[in-house]
Amino acid sequence: MARLSVNIGSLHLKNPVLTASGTFGYGEEFADFVDLSRLGGFVVKGTTLHSREGNDYPRMAETPSGMLNAVGLQNKGVGYFIDNIYPRIKDCGSEIIVNVSGASPADYVAVAERLTPLQGIRAIELNISCPNVKQGGMAFGTTCAGAASVVSAVRRAWNKTLIVKLSPNVTDIVEIARAAEDEGADSVSLINTLMGMAVDVERRRPMLSTITGGLSGPAVRPVAVRMVWQVAKAVKIPVIGLGGITCGRDALEFLMAGATAVQIGTANFLDPAATMRVIDEIEEYCTRHKISDIREIIGII
Amino acid sequence: MKICTDFRLTESRHLSPAYGLLTLQSEEPLPEIHAGQFAQVRADGSKTTFLRRPISICSADPETRTIRLLIRRAGNGTAALIDTPAGHLINIMLPLGRPFDIQAPDQSTDRPLLIGGGVGVAPLLFLGHEMRQAGICPEFLIGARSASDLLLLDEFKALGDVHITTDDGSLGHRGVVTAHPRLQRPVSQIFCCGPAPMMKAVAAAAAKLGASCQVSLENMMACGIGACLCCVEKTVRGNVCVCTEGPVFNINQLTWLD
Repeated sequence: MARLSVNIGSLHLKNPVLTASGTFGYGEEFADFVDLSRLGGFVVKGTTLHSREGNDYPRMAETPSGMLNAVGLQNKGVGYFIDNIYPRIKDCGSEIIVNVSGASPADYVAVAERLTPLQGIRAIELNISCPNVKQGGMAFGTTCAGAASVVSAVRRAWNKTLIVKLSPNVTDIVEIARAAEDEGADSVSLINTLMGMAVDVERRRPMLSTITGGLSGPAVRPVAVRMVWQVAKAVKIPVIGLGGITCGRDALEFLMAGATAVQIGTANFLDPAATMRVIDEIEEYCTRHKISDIREIIGII
Repeated sequence: MKICTDFRLTESRHLSPAYGLLTLQSEEPLPEIHAGQFAQVRADGSKTTFLRRPISICSADPETRTIRLLIRRAGNGTAALIDTPAGHLINIMLPLGRPFDIQAPDQSTDRPLLIGGGVGVAPLLFLGHEMRQAGICPEFLIGARSASDLLLLDEFKALGDVHITTDDGSLGHRGVVTAHPRLQRPVSQIFCCGPAPMMKAVAAAAAKLGASCQVSLENMMACGIGACLCCVEKTVRGNVCVCTEGPVFNINQLTWLD
């Protein structure tokens, strides 16, 4: 069988398949369907310093080959995660990456500092790209200066693997990726959701309480593959690709375009065992094409 | 324990142009399923449907590994499910959410009142069965637009007394369920599933009567297992997922009557 392991900074993954933040809960929700220990790792829901109630219902709208969401970072705060969730999941046999969000660089740093003592958390993913919060989030991820301010502050406080999740809602995602790399990020993950909107014409109202939301699912995949390819050509740090991956073939697109690892997001809602299927299908592909190490095909385009 | 597997559609009955009743058989043994829980059903027959459709479980028989789903033609996804030819496979994840909480009434003469509207009658049929198995006699109050929208009446009548209202007066009392005389008399437990405005009116009526009231919500959802946080309802504990904390809520947990 092909060797599938890859490295993201000092983080060693047994295979390149991760889950996307906000689509896989804390892993345990999927325990009846997924052997968590088979995953390269999973990224837990966006975590902030204090608990957040998120946006008002409705927060979701189905769209062609995708969906809009406007959850707005509902979570119980980093303290609750450390005290109540982490102890339950820390021995799941897979890397746990915490997605970190905040309204100011100091918020991000405070969350990172709280997570530092946890042996089982070897990486965080900085969410500078959430389109559904009024403060922070995407505001940091749409300018080089904003991205640099958060990444440099967290880099000083966090010496384990630092991944920065990028927004596609920019003119040139490559320059934001370069800014993150220059400030010491170990990796960039892309893409977060694309800003979108849908209208209920019968009721003459927006479908979401927030009017706009983030588009995910197969509808965004070609955009995501293109951005991963552009960024992977421009930076030296490993890129993590995500956006509409539903099967092994989709994941391989990202790997060939330059991603060292991938995240499965919205597909978890359609098939709770999507991650297992993606891993199986990557293995089958490697066998069929006599690939002995997945790294042979990473970035071949 | 939840499963996600293909079920074979063994029978599809068009109860009316708007409603279908699907009988589905699982290849693997069914996990324990209770009234009020739901299934996430993939509508592969619809090209425009992306997400699964959450559908209340109408009945479940572990011996034959079959479930029944009552489905209203609401859009392309539900239409494709209703129009699936018998013999085809449908992928279903179940059982999801928390069931109705069945408590024996304080007095043996006191009968729980199960109030349903439209496709919302589905989980109440299941609930009526479970109550009978627990030695409790339920009573039903069912509302519909018209006589042709009253579904599975014979099955309800086999479980207990059935009161009926229709908007057009074509059967039973004319008007909405909350105007039915049964709600003028004392009742200690109400269980309700139907359109949101109806459930809110029933919740208000229950509060006036001093009855406990459980309602089953149908907020739009994506995952069905508490991961996406899309289906939230405001409760006294803040926003919670209807798919995992519900779909059944005691109205004292909701903020409807504030």
